[in-house]
Amino acid sequence: MKGVWRRRNLLAGLVLTAVILAAALVSLVWTPYPPTAIDILHKLAHPSRAHPLGTDPFGRDVLSMIMVGARNSLLVSVIAVALGAGGGIPLGALAAARGGWVDDLVMRATDLAFAFPALLTAVMITALAGPGAGNAMIAIGLFNIPVFARLTRGAAMAVGKREFILAARAAGRGDIAITLDHVLPNIAAVLMVQATIQFALGIIADAGLSYLGLGTQPPQPSWGKMLNDAQTYIYKAPLLAVFPGLAITLAVLGLNLLGDGLRDLLDPRLRRAR
Amino acid sequence: MTRLLAATLAATLAAIGTVQAAPKDSIIIGMTLEPPMLDPTAGAAAAIGEVTYRNIFEGLTALDSGMQVHPLLAKSWTVSPDGLTYTFALRPGVTFSDGARFDCSVVKFTYERAAAPDSVNAHKGKFEPIASVACPTPETAVVTLKRPTGAFLVDMGTNDAVMVSPVSAAGNKTNPVGTGPYKLVRWVKGDRVELARNPGYWGGPPAIASVTFRFIADPSAAAASVLAGDVDAFPLFPAPETLDQFRADKRFHVQIGTTSGKTILALNNTRKPFNDIRVRRALAHAIDRKGLVDALGNYGTPIGSHEVPGDAGYIDLTGMYPYDVAKAKALLAEAGIKPGFTMTIRLPPPPYARRGGEVIAAMLEQVGITVKLVPIEWAQWLDQVFKQSDFDATIISHVEPGDLDIYARDKYYFEYHSAEYNALYKQFAETNDPATRLALRGALQLKLAEDEPNVFLFALAKVGVWNADLRGLWSNEPIFANVVSEMSWAK
Repeated sequence: MKGVWRRRNLLAGLVLTAVILAAALVSLVWTPYPPTAIDILHKLAHPSRAHPLGTDPFGRDVLSMIMVGARNSLLVSVIAVALGAGGGIPLGALAAARGGWVDDLVMRATDLAFAFPALLTAVMITALAGPGAGNAMIAIGLFNIPVFARLTRGAAMAVGKREFILAARAAGRGDIAITLDHVLPNIAAVLMVQATIQFALGIIADAGLSYLGLGTQPPQPSWGKMLNDAQTYIYKAPLLAVFPGLAITLAVLGLNLLGDGLRDLLDPRLRRAR
Repeated sequence: MTRLLAATLAATLAAIGTVQAAPKDSIIIGMTLEPPMLDPTAGAAAAIGEVTYRNIFEGLTALDSGMQVHPLLAKSWTVSPDGLTYTFALRPGVTFSDGARFDCSVVKFTYERAAAPDSVNAHKGKFEPIASVACPTPETAVVTLKRPTGAFLVDMGTNDAVMVSPVSAAGNKTNPVGTGPYKLVRWVKGDRVELARNPGYWGGPPAIASVTFRFIADPSAAAASVLAGDVDAFPLFPAPETLDQFRADKRFHVQIGTTSGKTILALNNTRKPFNDIRVRRALAHAIDRKGLVDALGNYGTPIGSHEVPGDAGYIDLTGMYPYDVAKAKALLAEAGIKPGFTMTIRLPPPPYARRGGEVIAAMLEQVGITVKLVPIEWAQWLDQVFKQSDFDATIISHVEPGDLDIYARDKYYFEYHSAEYNALYKQFAETNDPATRLALRGALQLKLAEDEPNVFLFALAKVGVWNADLRGLWSNEPIFANVVSEMSWAK
């Protein structure tokens, strides 16, 4: 474990992610103010002891909104990654194990999915199915499926040529058993790194969708919506745009650093290269 | 040589002078909503009138920014002592922009079409009192009414009563043909409508040669478009929070005025639990109107019934349901509404609805009602809410002046049905005596406030921003209109 402390990236990523995660978890039980409570008398207040990040045009506490926004954003991303991994990993493993026309079918399907710009299609899906956090999760999750399918297939193919797999096969074990017992544990590290990166992309996608009014719906706060609202107040109260922007940046940066750090830690080849 | 040089110089200077002196004669007007189509006799959307009223289409009478009636296609008129016969002297030599002649047969066609059973006129009721239209000469129209109708000349000056030609009426939705000073050049859907002078206009050419209406729904984009000079005027400006910036800038004129917009939280009166008067009153007590207006920062004035301050006969009923959370909770409990009850509010695009919805949701949360906000586009609103009455609640501004009749209709989207109100309204509509009319108008407002079919929120203010060199825009907008022929650029 000593290695962890030597890696600044991983450490910084861990700290940032932990802070955002803590904010989201704490918001489940406590926020300085209810995030939707309107207090007209104190609208557009500057940061102060009462409101550490100030208040918005309706007098809502920005810190509380950011905390609940973190929860909403993380929730959308977690579910989207779960959907992507849940759909993509079995597909990729299947393609790798069976090969032949199954492999072709799965890979051509992922090619097709990659041909569409992900965010644009997510916009289309939420526009058709109606805006809302649930549909945003599905829209973002759908685009995680081919990513995981591709990665799983590639990694599983590489592992599949190793001697211990051949030995297992010679011992008469079936595809499913081999995949579950030998292939997946050996590629778990790669998948975990990818999950972290998709998580970060999910946060950006969620912020983008709610900025356009297609993600989490008001009165539930979301980072994207806060940015959109701050737009017309950019000259009057520029800080309104700074805080949600900062939250998105830190969350994405944290997750990316975490992903990078994990990859460095888990990939023995990279470790040796140092 | 020197003389030649001097002459050239003088000529060049003169040339520059002419170029600079060429007066600007086009104007770009910004609007938040795009009209669904361009026929004012076939739809309720205020945006239709903002583009077409007195630009493309004209009526027998015209209304100004003070709701005064002026002659337009009728030069003059006389009213019989019993108030039943109106004789209009029509303006001679008027043609539609496609060359068709305007005469009494057009008046007859227009009014009969609007009153017909299959008419799609949004305010069909205005034509219902008409018994017949007779044409003794092509330039005289005699309109006989079934009963005295106090607001007849005003009604005939509105957007709904503009003259349409029998030849072109069917195509007016996309290709409007009217008698006005401008005609349609093109309509780029989703972006803009362009109008240019109608060369055959009876009143001579107006100062502005061409006008473009640009549709910009996003408040910050609207503010940016005015700042950048992409738009010359935004008569109904959607971003009041940016006004300080415009006030500080000499290039712009900021106008705060009034409109007839009654902004309401409209409720579906046939749907449970909103059919229960206690629930509607509870909602009225739960919403802090003053707080709402402050939060929106849109210069609105709280109202207590379906009428705006400044209207003749307005009575102040804002004290009827004071902001009182405890009272609201008690009324809800009495009606059997449990805390955690969820209602859906559909929000059309204007900021008073989208932002107002967030504020109202927070206020209703205080009394234990969970609000689901559903933003919808304008076309969806017209279809789902206005046409099919498929909604719990919605936030909307009724911008038509003196539209107390909508509560007396058999079929209107919020489904308010009250025999008592209908009787009162009938009495009002048939009265010609001004003093009695005012008293009855007050009684109607009181009845509405008592029944609270909708939660009356605030009178929409007119917040306008335009180029300081632009003249002739209305400072108040009792009807939503941009009369371009009255506009001009200062030298």
